[in-house]
Amino acid sequence: MTPGVLTQGAPPSPSSYAPAPGHRFEVGDRVAVKRRYPPGHRRTPYYIRGKTGVIERICGAFPNPEELAYGFDGEPKKVLYRVRFAQASVWPAYRGPARDLIEMEIFEHWLEPA
Amino acid sequence: MSDHPHDHYAKKKHGHDHRDHAPVEQRDEGPPSEYEIMSRAMQELLEEKGAVTAEQVRRRMELFEDELPYRGSRVVAHAWTDPQFRKRLLEDGKAACAEFGIDLEADRLIAVENTPEVHNVIVCTLCSCYPRALLGMPPTWYKSTNYRSRVVFEPRAVLKEFGTVLPDHVSVRVHDSNADMRYVVVPMRPEGTEGWSEERLAAILTRDTLVGVTVPRVDAAGQT
Repeated sequence: MTPGVLTQGAPPSPSSYAPAPGHRFEVGDRVAVKRRYPPGHRRTPYYIRGKTGVIERICGAFPNPEELAYGFDGEPKKVLYRVRFAQASVWPAYRGPARDLIEMEIFEHWLEPA
Repeated sequence: MSDHPHDHYAKKKHGHDHRDHAPVEQRDEGPPSEYEIMSRAMQELLEEKGAVTAEQVRRRMELFEDELPYRGSRVVAHAWTDPQFRKRLLEDGKAACAEFGIDLEADRLIAVENTPEVHNVIVCTLCSCYPRALLGMPPTWYKSTNYRSRVVFEPRAVLKEFGTVLPDHVSVRVHDSNADMRYVVVPMRPEGTEGWSEERLAAILTRDTLVGVTVPRVDAAGQT
């Protein structure tokens, strides 16, 4: 991975969408997405499980979609982050330049420090 | 992909949609599908319970066709002409849209900015999440397995199919719209648009430029 590729650009401003006072990670932290395959409705794409990236922003706290999907109220809410990954670290056969990025939203309980 | 520079919305916006008076070719064929029956039954029940009226449903459909698809172009055209608004749009898309008179309802919006160093493109690999309150209904290609599965791992090849070739020094930033946020691209304003009105700028901010599969072109603006 090209050093600095994941932290290029100015950090985005804090979001005012949904406060997440109890969040575990900060913008710029390196995180790994858990490599787990539980059954059920998950918003964590398979292709990103086990991959390492950097917190791009904290989106706020949102009802847990893994509960909402089955008719529960989604409480307690879960903190949602946007995580930035280097394409080359996500796809071993990635053919584009090392500076190419992919970003997505990952709930806190899917992340661990890396 | 077609190399025709107009998309459907750009044509409609400029009143050059020559198909306005074309004969209706599509006909209802065969019995309604299971989903149509379920949807119809649900609507009837909701009407019966007084939760919605047929007029509200009709109005919603009308909004989706006649208003929502044009909102994104107007917002971004405004951002092109007002640097302070652009800054607010990038900081908090929903609040900026509200200030512009557009209620995104449940959608949370993240606007991502193209620069000489970064090109953004949006996808939802898990389903077809799309900023509907800003762009209307997603196009068929956006929902296709082909686009959803390929743009995440070979974005440059997919962009090339849309006629968008990016040099290697530009970082391609793919956004998988996989959970609660919705995304819109703020493209770079092309040269040759100095002094244009917001309305004229909005005409080159086609749907596809706001999803990031192409970039605005001056030659797309309103010629017949």
